[in-house]
Amino acid sequence: MLDKPNSTTSDIIKRCEELFTDLYFTRAREWKAEKPGRIVVGFMPYYAPRELVHAAGGLPLGIFGGGDQLEVIHGDAYYQSYICRIPRSTVELGVSGRLDFVDGMMFPSICDVIRNLSGMWKLMFPNKGARYIDLPHNFEDDLGGEFYVSELKETCHWLEGMSGKPITDDAIRASIAVFNENRRLIREVYELRAAQPWNVPSSELYLLLRAGMVIPVEEHNEMVRAYLEAARNQQRPIKDNSRVVVCGAFCEQPPLNLIKSIELAGCYIVDDDFILVTRWENSDVSLEGDPLTSLSRAYLHDSKSTPPKYEPDEAKKGLYLVDSVRKNRAEGVIFAMTSFCDPGLLERPMLQAVLKKHDIPQIAFKYAENSGQMQPIREQAGTFADSIKLWSGA
Amino acid sequence: MTVISRPKAKPADAIKDASMAKQKEMVNAHYDRLASARENGEKVAATFVPGNLNELLMCFDLVNNLPEVNAIQNGLRRQSGAFVMEAEKHGHSEDVCTYVKSDIGMMAKGNIGPNGKKLPDPDVLLLSYTGCFTFMKWFELLRKEYNCETIMFQTPYMADGKITKDMIAYMVKQLKQDVIPKLERVSGVKFDIDRLREYLKKSAKAEDDLVAVLQSAKNKPSPIDAYFGGIYYIGPIFGAFRGTDAAIDYYRFLREEVEERVRQGKGPVTPDGDMGKERYRLVVEGPPNYTNFRQFWKMFYDEGAVVVASSYTKVGGTYDFGFRHNPDEPLESLAEYCLNVYTNRNLPMRVDMLENYVNEYEADGLLINSIKSCNSFSAGQLLIMREVEKRTGKPAAFIETDLVDPRYFSAANVKNRLESYFQMVEQKRAGARAA
Repeated sequence: MLDKPNSTTSDIIKRCEELFTDLYFTRAREWKAEKPGRIVVGFMPYYAPRELVHAAGGLPLGIFGGGDQLEVIHGDAYYQSYICRIPRSTVELGVSGRLDFVDGMMFPSICDVIRNLSGMWKLMFPNKGARYIDLPHNFEDDLGGEFYVSELKETCHWLEGMSGKPITDDAIRASIAVFNENRRLIREVYELRAAQPWNVPSSELYLLLRAGMVIPVEEHNEMVRAYLEAARNQQRPIKDNSRVVVCGAFCEQPPLNLIKSIELAGCYIVDDDFILVTRWENSDVSLEGDPLTSLSRAYLHDSKSTPPKYEPDEAKKGLYLVDSVRKNRAEGVIFAMTSFCDPGLLERPMLQAVLKKHDIPQIAFKYAENSGQMQPIREQAGTFADSIKLWSGA
Repeated sequence: MTVISRPKAKPADAIKDASMAKQKEMVNAHYDRLASARENGEKVAATFVPGNLNELLMCFDLVNNLPEVNAIQNGLRRQSGAFVMEAEKHGHSEDVCTYVKSDIGMMAKGNIGPNGKKLPDPDVLLLSYTGCFTFMKWFELLRKEYNCETIMFQTPYMADGKITKDMIAYMVKQLKQDVIPKLERVSGVKFDIDRLREYLKKSAKAEDDLVAVLQSAKNKPSPIDAYFGGIYYIGPIFGAFRGTDAAIDYYRFLREEVEERVRQGKGPVTPDGDMGKERYRLVVEGPPNYTNFRQFWKMFYDEGAVVVASSYTKVGGTYDFGFRHNPDEPLESLAEYCLNVYTNRNLPMRVDMLENYVNEYEADGLLINSIKSCNSFSAGQLLIMREVEKRTGKPAAFIETDLVDPRYFSAANVKNRLESYFQMVEQKRAGARAA
């Protein structure tokens, strides 16, 4: 953790960057080695019930691909050219032994590729756990809700099998409380960024979120608190940037340089869908009653909208993006979608239509986690920022 | 250099056996029924092949329209390429499923069906979400255009290789509390469970005959091609005919035809007539290419290669491990049917299935046709190939095409790979003989 009591944002982000670039997950390895019987359970974007892993005495570890740092050698041999990059680098992380300390992996139902990866994991790593988290697309408590509670129960049994210890309701409630705190803090960071984007650059915010994927949540809470304090006490120069919402990065991660490029091109990102699991629930998950029902209800009624999730009400389709633009006083939307991403790319025309209806400017491009050439993106984002300044709301 | 172009000679009409001709008549009649649904006062439900609840739709007098089948028909008639490009012109990504784009392109160009007549707008979209994520987005896209009731019916994924009580309970409850009441409302017809039982009884009869037909490929020579020919065979049962007398008649007729071929020691019928000597027996994983269907098939039968089992013929339901629609437990049976759809099975189950096919059908190996459009099938196929090869000791090969986008069918590449594969099979045989 951070040694200095009064850390600056730069100290904190330096630590986050170390964690971000460490594809051997040293901190998670250390955590596991500190006490016998601890388990580490990986999860892929975009949502996973991390509280249950925590309640099982485990560390939920975000496995978010290999970014632009990992050379994928074996992973490419498992996928055709028309499949996105994140499963390749995830396989690479597994095959290269970087995940040898991970006891099990959770694969949320984000798309067919990640779903099938759950079965590949069973075949490739038969001595490790692999659990597909089937998320409900029916949002009635007694239908999708009951089903999701049964999924969560099964997940608890799966975790108990790895840890050798039962998971109690009280333990789950305690874990929900810790993650509620984490989500509250992260919402605060988002609010601060929307209010003062010059003081919370999105490249920093992103690194702060990523750090939370690989360290214990209690440590992350401290880290976010420290960042908030430091960010509030500093004043960075204000630029005449355009305010934008970024949409599409909910699974395969954008290269850090892509976020920096958007900012350098003259945009303040004031909302995004980076690492949604950190603020999936919009408010606190209830600590009353059956904790699995509380998690289920939060998922059904109080969680983020995102392309992999079904929207039962056509009239509400895409309005979350319009709301975000309004709430965060954004001037446009940048669709940054992953190449070959079915949920994102099939969703995009629907979202674009909604934005068009509401006269919200937008641009779209694609990326892969290892995209290296940022000049075209900088030019496109720069032109977009300029056009907003020149032509919007005049 | 001057190039003199001459009109290409029209290919000879494909030779079809009687069952294929009968199947074609059924499909055409169904398109005619769809086209005249409005004037006949019939309402239309659009839904998907995997998880197609045809028996249930019939309980509400709804006519079944399957957008994937429309895309296939347009692919076979070489119309899909223009539709795909039309959709891309409207902002749909080149990266996504071409069934969806073919459908959206067709709609943009007036929704003229494969029979040249306008297809009616659906009254309801039954989003049977089974084993393919794209389905969800597809119907979200369509409902915007059609502005009609959309019913989500979620099938849990068989991630752990088993069907649990909770899965069935969730599905039955969705049917009772959500799907059926909405279908009643749209159709104005009250649900009658005994009517459903009757349809399911009919389904099971046809399913028995379909399984007998598909399993006839265990004979040597195989009387059928279970991939290219198989696509004809699954048409009625995966489409709008499961649960009807017409399906019972068709599958009885088909079974008799195939049994006669077995008695005569004949191989499959191909578009060029009876196939010559059976030289290679293959199991194929993945959907076919439709834009160059006949050319693709010819690459096989010209070499004496017959497909004895395929996973694609299980995409609208897996019957060869004993599942039949059960009138005694009608809703549970519909749930089990959806759960068993091939792409709703996890990767280990798919590997087991293919391994069994290679062994039980005494195949020379596994061929994977990997489809750019279809991640549900394609993601993981390279691992499937290695696993099946390792377990069976038989050679496997990989080719890449697309469903209905002609831009992704490279005949020379596919032919080259197939020829190399057949050489590999020969070498393996020679090695075995030498040993």
